[in-house]
Amino acid sequence: MSANATYYIPHKATWPVLATIGLTTLLAGFANYLNGSTIGSTMMIIGLAIFIVMLTGWFTLQATESESGMYSHQVGISFRMGMMWFIFSEVMFFAVFFGSLWYTRNLSVPWLGGEGIGAATKEFLWPSFEAVWPTNGPGKLIDGKPTADGTFEPMSAWGLPLLNTLLLLSSGVTCTWAHHGLLAGKREQLIKGLIATVTLGFLFVLCQATEYHEAYTEMGLTLGSGIYGSTFFMLTGFHGFHVCVGAIILSVVLFRSLKGHFSPENHFAFEAAAWYWHFVDVVWLGLFIFVYIM
Amino acid sequence: MSAVVAEHDDHHDHSHDDHAHGPEKGLLRWIITTNHKDIGTLYLVFALAMFFVGGIMAMVIRAELFEPGMQFVNPQFFNSMTTMHALVMVFGAVMPGFVGLANWMVPMMIGAPDMALPRMNNMSFWVLVAGVLLLASTLFMEGGAPASGWTLYPPLVLQTGKALPFAIFSVHLLGISSIMGAINIIATIFNMRAPGMTLMKMPLFVWTWLITAFLLIAVMPVFAGAVTMLLTDRFFGTSFFDAAGGGDPVLYQHIFWFFGHPEVYIMILPTFGVASTIIPVFARKPLFGYSSMVYATASIAFLSFIVWAHHMFTVGMPMAGELYFMYATMLIAIPTGVKVFNWTATMWKGAMTFETPMLFAISFVVLFTLGGFTGLMMSIAPSDFQYHDTYFIVAHFHYTLVPASVFILMAAGYFWLPKWTGHMYNEKIGQLHFWLSAVSVNILFFPQHFLGLAGMPRRIPDYAVQFADWNMISSIGGFLFGASQLLFLYIVIDTIRGGTGEKVTDEVWEDAHKHSLEWTLPSPAPYHTFTTPPEVIPTEHF
Repeated sequence: MSANATYYIPHKATWPVLATIGLTTLLAGFANYLNGSTIGSTMMIIGLAIFIVMLTGWFTLQATESESGMYSHQVGISFRMGMMWFIFSEVMFFAVFFGSLWYTRNLSVPWLGGEGIGAATKEFLWPSFEAVWPTNGPGKLIDGKPTADGTFEPMSAWGLPLLNTLLLLSSGVTCTWAHHGLLAGKREQLIKGLIATVTLGFLFVLCQATEYHEAYTEMGLTLGSGIYGSTFFMLTGFHGFHVCVGAIILSVVLFRSLKGHFSPENHFAFEAAAWYWHFVDVVWLGLFIFVYIM
Repeated sequence: MSAVVAEHDDHHDHSHDDHAHGPEKGLLRWIITTNHKDIGTLYLVFALAMFFVGGIMAMVIRAELFEPGMQFVNPQFFNSMTTMHALVMVFGAVMPGFVGLANWMVPMMIGAPDMALPRMNNMSFWVLVAGVLLLASTLFMEGGAPASGWTLYPPLVLQTGKALPFAIFSVHLLGISSIMGAINIIATIFNMRAPGMTLMKMPLFVWTWLITAFLLIAVMPVFAGAVTMLLTDRFFGTSFFDAAGGGDPVLYQHIFWFFGHPEVYIMILPTFGVASTIIPVFARKPLFGYSSMVYATASIAFLSFIVWAHHMFTVGMPMAGELYFMYATMLIAIPTGVKVFNWTATMWKGAMTFETPMLFAISFVVLFTLGGFTGLMMSIAPSDFQYHDTYFIVAHFHYTLVPASVFILMAAGYFWLPKWTGHMYNEKIGQLHFWLSAVSVNILFFPQHFLGLAGMPRRIPDYAVQFADWNMISSIGGFLFGASQLLFLYIVIDTIRGGTGEKVTDEVWEDAHKHSLEWTLPSPAPYHTFTTPPEVIPTEHF
């Protein structure tokens, strides 16, 4: 609070505008694609390319400024607060899907089965529907379409998901080990720890992809398999996406560590990446319990 | 709020700094700027522009409802107008208006050199523009703009034409913009305060924005999640909101209002903050009950998270839910009552003068209270079965938004324009603008209470003939209110270009410097302020 005089205020910012252009092109392209327009995918590729260029440029700029000592302790606090509140917004985003899972399992599916306020619904709409979990609903949806007797196989917790839990939890440990290395000035430990974390992260993604492949090809479990499929794939899918992003961020941090960036005092990027990684870890634990086991 | 700067002025230092880091020349200045004042101006100008865009849509609605029968537009387009009017006003006008004020005023009020994360500040603004443009583009698409109402309830909204994915992604962009803006405001307030500016010395506007920013970060991702599920339900075969697959359309309503109720407080809490800033200055007294104002704001924010289903009393909920949400909602009246009491007590025995900002602020206190009372009526679940989806609701939330949030945005404009531009606005035209607005806003919205109680549903382009008289009166009020706002546009442009020509002092309003730090700075405020932090000392006066 007392070091205002040295607070670094950047002057001309060109990356934010480029970020906006990239993001908007990407999303408008996606919307066009969903509407069946032919320019959609081209727009998406252009938007994504702009976005990647922007990310590279903006983060390179921040890294350069950080390494040249332009950021005071107070600036570092601003960055940390920014990251913390960003993670909080992500928590709320996941809360929506966890909340939806809770609501459908505990309220709306039992109501469809005639419980509580749902007695008339069951009698007049779907008298034969039994409220059990997992379910693809009274319409027995397969690939989003009602069927006469469509079934699917729910995902078991004790195969790949258990392995994935172990992978992510150990990656949390290696990440913290790397952090200790950084704080103690042991660069080799930092780099080894990061390599292990990134490897475990990508292994997780690989296992998740295998699991999805099995679900789609052998189990009849897809996004369109009623509410079970919807909640299963949205929750694990958004989580998987976040693992990918986290692993990419950690890879950048690894790359920077190899170039000799970061010191025991100045390593915001590492901390931010580690926080993000732990957040992704915790979300997975929630998924493992509420989606897979229960 | 008892803070002034120690009597050392650093005006001369500023002219120095100006030279070193003045604004960029030409149009590029506004695109690549990281300056909180520039970005604040961008937000405010954008908000004003969108206020007129949304206003034109409101004029279309009132023109169609001037008489029973179909006049000018087809029902589909009418429904698009109610939807787009709401989305543009909420996300394009009111929210950006207050973010603009936060950008301009928060650093100056807490003695900070700028916002904590200036580059991200630039990005929040441009992402907002992109989001609103994407939304506006849906007006020209096959199948028309979304016509489901701003709540975007499924299954109706899933029948939208090509516009649906664009509207959804525009919500994502608006969410990203708001979250980045909110993160910036929190980091600024927690990390950038001048020495001595303790939390309980901050002007109330800063406090209300701190709490609002927290609400934004908590609920914008929730809305993003909800519309993402709409997207996958429509395009990827999920069944979140489809009972055939085990989902439930009511689930969307729960998620939406978990966002939606805090969202309406996102628009009203900064309003409270500005009112609490303006009223003491013109009453020439410190704000009555400063700390109770802070606690009341925090209580309202907390309650906003646990009352959402009062928007859904008629949807079919278990009795326990109806009762819980009814009682929880009534609780909100307590902290809100504390605030209204404090504003009134601030004016009590004050040496009041009635310049335009004060007029708007006083009419806010009165008319917002009226909107609050109708809210209390609707919180009673059995009564709400009658009011639900009628014009009574329309009257209620317009009273809390137009003569509250919008009036206070206008008040803030009159209050701070001299500080921003260094010129004085034309007080005569300002007063004329106020009286025209205050009278016409009541002609516009008050009759809608009667219409609603008599049973006129909302969101319809045509109505039974017994509603004709009050609709015509409401429309006349609407046109008058719309036209009066052109005066505001004129005043803003006129003030920027020199106003009355009168030289404004640093404090602008008598003894304003006792209330908040921005009045210790020169008028117009230099491009960079508080590059060295001011020394904040408790004042003897208050």
